[in-house]
Formats: sequence, C-alpha cells, structure tokens
Amino acid sequence: MSLSIDEVRHIARLARIELGEGEAQDTLDKLNNIFGLIEQMQAVDTSQVEPMSHPQDVAQRLRDDIVTESDRRDAYQRVAPQVEAGLYLVPKVIE
Amino acid sequence: MIEASLKDLAAALRAGTLSSVELTTLFLDRIDALNPSLNAFITVDRDGALTAARAADARLAAGTAGPLTGIPLAHKDVFCTEGVRTTCASRMLENFVSPYDAHVVSQLKAVGAVMLGKTNMDEFAMGSSNENTHFGPTKNPWNTGRVPGGSSGGSAVAVAARLAPIATGTDTGGSVRQPAALTGVTGIKPTYGVVSRYGMIAYASSLDQGGAFGRSAEDCALLLSAMAGFDPRDSTSVERETEDYTRDLGKPLAGLRIGLPKEFFAEGMDDDVRAATEAALDQYRQLGATTVEVSLPNAKLAIPAYYVIAPAEASSNLSRFDGVRYGHRAPEYGDLADMYSKSRAQGFGAEVKRRILVGTYVLSHGYYDAYYLQAQKLRRLIAEDFIAAFTQCDVIAGPTSPTVAWPIGEKSDDPVQMYLQDIYTIAVNLAGLPGLSLPCGTGANDLPVGLQLIGNYFDEARLLNVAHGFQQTTDWHRRMPAVG
Repeated sequence: MSLSIDEVRHIARLARIELGEGEAQDTLDKLNNIFGLIEQMQAVDTSQVEPMSHPQDVAQRLRDDIVTESDRRDAYQRVAPQVEAGLYLVPKVIE
Repeated sequence: MIEASLKDLAAALRAGTLSSVELTTLFLDRIDALNPSLNAFITVDRDGALTAARAADARLAAGTAGPLTGIPLAHKDVFCTEGVRTTCASRMLENFVSPYDAHVVSQLKAVGAVMLGKTNMDEFAMGSSNENTHFGPTKNPWNTGRVPGGSSGGSAVAVAARLAPIATGTDTGGSVRQPAALTGVTGIKPTYGVVSRYGMIAYASSLDQGGAFGRSAEDCALLLSAMAGFDPRDSTSVERETEDYTRDLGKPLAGLRIGLPKEFFAEGMDDDVRAATEAALDQYRQLGATTVEVSLPNAKLAIPAYYVIAPAEASSNLSRFDGVRYGHRAPEYGDLADMYSKSRAQGFGAEVKRRILVGTYVLSHGYYDAYYLQAQKLRRLIAEDFIAAFTQCDVIAGPTSPTVAWPIGEKSDDPVQMYLQDIYTIAVNLAGLPGLSLPCGTGANDLPVGLQLIGNYFDEARLLNVAHGFQQTTDWHRRMPAVG
C-alpha cells in the first residue's frame, strides 16, 4: 500500500498535529517507508490465532468503587498553561 | 571509588569510612566536569542530592540503612519526580514539574538512595540512538562522535562514564539492553509487569517496562530488587511476592543449557559482533554450560508487529498532551482545534509525530483488523516460539545489537534503518519476557559489544546469575572509557 498526500493531511488532522506545507512531502515519504516495513505482517495467515494483549493473559483487576484520591487541584493546576479560579482556560468553544 | 561495586560502597558507608555526602559530591563533581561533553543528564539536582545524602548519613548512623542507602543514582527523565522537572526529552514537557513521584522513584527514595539527576533519552522513549531529543544528542563515552544507543542512552552513559554507579531506564523495544550493549554496561529489563508503570510517562503501555543499569549484574540485581514489586496503581502490575534478585548470583553454571536461536545467528549481524558473541559462548562452555540450537521462526515479524502496536498505543497515550492541563501551549492560535494542532506540532519532535501519525492511521476506521489485531496475533505466535524454545533450554543467548555504536547522524534521517537496529531485542518485549545485556567483548574501533540473555517469565534471578557467572571469570564489564 501507499499513502497519498491527502491521506497524510487527513491523518494529521485526526491526530491534531499541524503539518506545515513543507513538511507534508517528507512525512509522506517516511510514512510510506514505514508502511513498507509493516506490510510484511500481511504475509502470515493468522486466521486461527488468538490476539495477545498482555503477556500473562491476566484479567484486569477490579477495585472497590470508593474515593481513593485526595483533592490536589492546586498542585495539578500549577503546571497548567492557563488557569483562572480553579478552571482551565481554553479558547471560546461556544459563540 | 568510582570503580567500587555497590556492595563495597555500602560496606564503606556502614563502616563510616565514607559518607554519602562525600560519595554524592564525588559523582556530582564528575557530572559537572564531564556532562558538558557527554550530555547524559538533562537536569542535575545538586541541592536535592546533598539533602538526600545527609538524610542517608543519618540513617547509616542510626543503623537503619539498607543496601542502597546513601548510594547515588540517576533516573531516566521518563520517571516523574515531585519537585524536579520531568521532560521526557521533549519540548512538550520542557518546563513540566510533576506533582507526584513515580512508583520506582518513591521506592528508591524509601530505601535511601540519592538521586543525582535526570538523564537524557530519546523523546518519549522513541528511538534507538538518543538523537531524538530536544536537549541535544547524548554522546557515547567510548567515542564521542558516536551514538550511545537509546532510548535510555543517558542512563547507560551515566553508568559507563562513571557519572553514577547505577541508573534506571525503560525498555519498550530494547531501550535498556541496546544502549547497555553500545556503552559497555549491564542492563536488565524484567518480565512485563514486574516494575510498576505508575508515574512512568507512557509510550506503548502493553510493552513499556522499567529496568536497571549497573556496571555489573550484581549491581543490577541490587537495584532491581528495590524497583520491583506489586503496585495496585498500575493495572498490569503482577501480584507476586517481592524477590531478592541477588539470591542466585553465586550459583555455578555447570549444566546450564543455553539456547541459540538459529535465526539470530543466520545473518544480519556484523562480523565483529559475531566474533565477540561466539567468544562469549565459548567462555560459557568453559564454565560448564552446554549450547543447543533453538528456533524462533516468527521473530522476523517482531519489527513490523512492533511498529503497529507501539505507534497505535503511543497515538492514544500521547493524546493527553493537548496544551490544556500541562505541557507546551503554542503562543499564538485561533480556535480550540487550532490550539491543539499548533501546540502538538511545536511540542513534539519529528519521530514522535511520525509514530503518532502511524498509530492514528492503523487505529482509524476500517484498518483495525488489518493492523492492530494482526499485530497482536503475531505477538502470540512470537511468544509461543519462545515458550517452545524454553522446553529445550534454560536461557537464550545471542547478540543484543547487530552492530557496535555508529556515528552520530548516520541513520537519523532514515527511520526504517534505525528501526532495524532493534532486530534482536523487540521480540522479547512482544513476548513480555525478561532480557539482559552484558558487555562481552569489543568490536571495530575498540567499541563495546553486548551479549543478550533472554529468560523465561519471572526468571530474572537466573538471568542475573548467568551474567554474574560470566563476570566472575572475565573483565569486560570492568573496562572503562577514557573520559576526563
């Protein structure tokens, strides 16, 4: 397979990464090389194989539905780019 | 002093012939002198280190010290440290100061180890050369024109150049073992789930695993014993009793069965790496081990499968960097979507962006089965190969890296060439097995060669035993680069 430049722009939009005019072609070439490597996977028939997501195939642990975290809002907001009155500020979303 | 083992350092600290403040100052001064040319550290915390050293000296005086109390160490800058910035070598986190400690960091604090600082790495642990970093490439102390490997290259260099006795790292596709090999130190990645991922900034969560660097297997065993253990805050942490990984170090190697995967020895490694690997295997035979050929027929699929699974998980994990709650926000932007896109474009480096784009594509509508699911199925085939091989042998051995350290810049513009450097290490992560690299000789230009040992699940103590046995009868691990 081979990606087109429009597909690269579309993926970049989905990933919320601005792609400059000059970057698109180089990104396309490098992604196509990477997908050339990835395509080697398709040569193997895996129709009888169960996918593996965790080496020990363990079930996810459950915990009681109780509050375990303390309120550390100030500490967490100290590292935020822009906050006011305990709120994270972003550009206006609703007109 | 910089050559002393952890055991000897701990003995001197307990005897009072050495204080932790003296030891810590010694390493801080070496960092001051040598880091400008090696670039192994992103952040050095002199004041914090000396405060921790004084507290350790008090514990030593009170007789409540453990084996790592007062021992200086370096953390890879992927581990969150409360009050000391954690960058992941990214512009995105250039000024990020974590409000909490990673589990590994708090474990090591609790035993009284002294953090010197945070080490350079490939951005978000994505890379094999330590060139993908916002803070400039880390240099290999054996030849500063060459890469140290990655992504935990700064930690490997810190130990190799004796800027720290031990260091932590993480290994998603070889990021502890490969830089250990390229810099001539010992590094271990335990079984997936042994070291908690809490506070370890996520790259590919089903593969990421913390690990340890030291000058010897014995030092790695002491560090890993303090890092490992069940942590309920990591949903994939395995519930097992804590282990003393030093317990089997002294076991004789007579009768040990070493499996040699024929695929690893067929082709692909340079002649100098092959010669050093063969010589190391001869040494094991002299120690009474036997070798048997095993086969890992699906291992060749490890790189393609990895470059689906890891980017897919990365694209999800790194979606948290949105310029809202922490990290870089673009200085100028229009609407909210524009703010996200500009902040991420400016904050992430080229390789990180490429992996996010690959991951976004393979997870997008209509492609999941062909890519992510197929890769997870190959993952099982790869793991089953290892399980079959371990019916014939106790450990598997082979090269860690197909080449010695290469010149800075040689592969940095060709991602696929860079990816192929991890040909021997990636399958181990996909299977979730423990792996170790130890220095076993030198190749071209007198550069270090690493031998990789792969163990069955939870067989870390045996891997360390097998490495220690080699190091008792050879001195490759004692060689030190001529720096400073």
